[in-house]
Amino acid sequence: MSGDVVQPRLGLVGWLRWAWRQLTSMRTALLLLLVLAVGAVPGSIFPQRSIDATRTAQWLTDHPTAGPILDRLGFFEVYASPWFAAIYLLLFTSLVGCVLPRTKQHLKALRARPPRAPKNPDRLGASLVETVDGTPDEVLTAWRKTLRAARFRVDSHDDNSLSAEKGYLKETGNLAFHLALIGIIVGVAVGHLWGFKGDVILPEGQTFANTLSRYDTFSPGPQVDAADLTPWTLTLARLDAVFEEDTTREGQLGMPRDFTAHVEFAPTAKAPVEDRTIKVNQPLETGNGTVFLLGNGYAPHITVRDAQGTVIYSDATPFLARDNNYKSVGAVKVPGATPKDLGFAGLFLPTGTITEHGPESMFPQPLDPYLALTVFEGELFPDGAPQSVYELDDSAMTQLRAEGSDQPLRLWIKAGQSIDLPGGRGSITFDGVERWAGLSVRTDPGKSLTLGAALLALAGLIAMLTVRRRRVFIRVSEAEPDAEGRQRTLVRVGALAKDDDEGMTDELAGLAERVKDHR
Amino acid sequence: MSDQTLAQFSMLSLYSAMGVLTLAMLAFAAHLAWLLPARDEAAEHVEEYELVAAGGVSDAEPGPATSAAAYRPGDGELPSRARSAGGIASSLTILGTLLLTASTVMRGLEVHRMPLGNMFEFALTGSTFVMLAYVGWSLRRNLRWLGLFVTGPAVLVLGLAITIWYVDGAELMPSLKSYWLVIHVTIATLSMALFGIGAAVNALYLWQDHVERLGARSFMNRLPGSRQLEKLAYGLHIIAFPLWTFTVIAGAIWARQAWGSYWNWDPKEVWSFVIWVVYAAYLHARVTTGWRRQNAAIIALAGFACIVVNYGIVNVFFVGQHSYSGL
Repeated sequence: MSGDVVQPRLGLVGWLRWAWRQLTSMRTALLLLLVLAVGAVPGSIFPQRSIDATRTAQWLTDHPTAGPILDRLGFFEVYASPWFAAIYLLLFTSLVGCVLPRTKQHLKALRARPPRAPKNPDRLGASLVETVDGTPDEVLTAWRKTLRAARFRVDSHDDNSLSAEKGYLKETGNLAFHLALIGIIVGVAVGHLWGFKGDVILPEGQTFANTLSRYDTFSPGPQVDAADLTPWTLTLARLDAVFEEDTTREGQLGMPRDFTAHVEFAPTAKAPVEDRTIKVNQPLETGNGTVFLLGNGYAPHITVRDAQGTVIYSDATPFLARDNNYKSVGAVKVPGATPKDLGFAGLFLPTGTITEHGPESMFPQPLDPYLALTVFEGELFPDGAPQSVYELDDSAMTQLRAEGSDQPLRLWIKAGQSIDLPGGRGSITFDGVERWAGLSVRTDPGKSLTLGAALLALAGLIAMLTVRRRRVFIRVSEAEPDAEGRQRTLVRVGALAKDDDEGMTDELAGLAERVKDHR
Repeated sequence: MSDQTLAQFSMLSLYSAMGVLTLAMLAFAAHLAWLLPARDEAAEHVEEYELVAAGGVSDAEPGPATSAAAYRPGDGELPSRARSAGGIASSLTILGTLLLTASTVMRGLEVHRMPLGNMFEFALTGSTFVMLAYVGWSLRRNLRWLGLFVTGPAVLVLGLAITIWYVDGAELMPSLKSYWLVIHVTIATLSMALFGIGAAVNALYLWQDHVERLGARSFMNRLPGSRQLEKLAYGLHIIAFPLWTFTVIAGAIWARQAWGSYWNWDPKEVWSFVIWVVYAAYLHARVTTGWRRQNAAIIALAGFACIVVNYGIVNVFFVGQHSYSGL
């Protein structure tokens, strides 16, 4: 017995065709959607390097075992990780593979006539059979008018039937929705390639010019040439900050209420200066980048003098807020001091007090500002490596001790006060407080495309979910004349809907009602 | 009226609404419970009839189709106790919804803005939308069978709102001061309300499907059949899904305005995206050949679980730019 069945071999092309079929099937799309949903979740649980690098580093330090493994798997950069990209690229390939053939088909259907009416339309889901007055032609004309008025596309394949169809917009919407999703992806990519993002901390009174060197951080897209930046300038005249002063509402005292940056803006190097304001939710459009007010804080003005009284450092020094009451950390680096470089590190407290937990701020406004500093001397920049302006690298420095003790020297300086440093190292003066604005300049040339595509997707979605595709078929034949010899016609109407459509029966009844008006 | 008086009246109105809605919930429960005994009688009756009709075939079990069809009479044939409980429940629901709406409106007047600035206000407005949607919908069709499953969760959410989410009314922080708050959060809340009712109907669908399969006798036999429940749930979802899509788009526009970039993969954005994708999967699952409607319904319920996570967990425990819970 030869029981072996010889299977036709698929071959490479066959396998590819099979794989493509699988990928573009609805089942695969569904599976990929679910995988995409699950794949996006880790990014909300683990800190993401691109969003909060400090927290990510902290997490890695706290979890020495799991950290590196998860890091290698891309859990701290989920949305840029290869596996996440694999999911959405497969999904979009599947989408294209599904939608393009359907678009072709739909374009054909849009130009095609509704199909020929079946022999017995009254056997369809919703139907109507009646005998009415008039010739078959008159009846068909009445139905034709009614169906046209109800926005059906009407055609007839022979003299005694009508075929009508409506709801092409459903499929149009469906395709528009899916194609618009591709538009969103393209818009995101354009923004990524040609957009830039730069941040700068600008103390009151200082001017920022839109050139690469003036940014604290600058992250351009791969296609951005930093030489093309328009040299607009912006001076921070004043930053107003309002905090809740009402003490009657629980937990609200000191909460932020309003931040307004008053700036003098010049769109080009030679253009006249205009007064503008930047607020949260109210950015400034410059023509080359939008300026957002994303942060603020205090820059205590600090002056350091040497033993002879010569000023060796005098500047508004930005400190970074660490809590809601603007307890802020920062550092003062004085490379020109003798005998060795001096470094100060510590806290700025807008409304300072000393509690059992150390220096704290009681309120975000500078009601009673203090500096709490410790002092180091030695080499400020030991290996020339870049370092944060808010932190002191004390690896090549020694901490100064309080005179006659082995406790570190702690300076507690009130605004306006001057303190002499021990051992003839000069003095430090806390002259006063200014605010700084954290400005972010961003461009995203893809954003209009993304928004337009998103709105198109929404419109397509609504059309796809609300429009119903319906077909109506009518056949007429002569019936027995009535008693007075007037001609009568037998009408058989059937209606067919795609998907579940409970409204079809009602629509047919409504149409039949309106036909009477057209007779 | 001063803000403080408004605050007091708002809370008073809220407590009253919760009391009334709790009573409505109990009345709805009684309504469902009292459907049962009368149906037992009817069931015995039908069973006898069936045995005769089947010609004494002993292994004739009441198939799902017959029992479902036979036991689902219209409202007119309901036992009178169930009918009056349902009537009381409906009236109480309308009263409770009015009180709840009044509470929300007064809270808004107290804080001089849309009451959507923190978890408490969000829960309050969300519950109000759920109740208004239910009452509005029940004007068009008999929804007494659904009442328990809407008032119950609403009372639960309000209970959480006044206990663990409560914060005094206050001015907003700068990043929330935008007309986009009204657009983005109102639509988000409305969409979540509809997804919530949709989830309740979907859960009932799965239950009904189970009951029909077993051919079991249950008060569920008096509810709409599984096919109809599934369609109702789908109807709710296709309204809620575009609203959610709009929520995400409006949120992106606002994010660009406030934070400089329209998409930052903030935890809240991640979860809004996850919710959107899961519900998109539901819509696909429903039309995928070879996929059972039951599984599609389970995906939709998973979507609602994501909404609960997004609201109850992400707001409070995840670090992100949407940290406005006020807790």
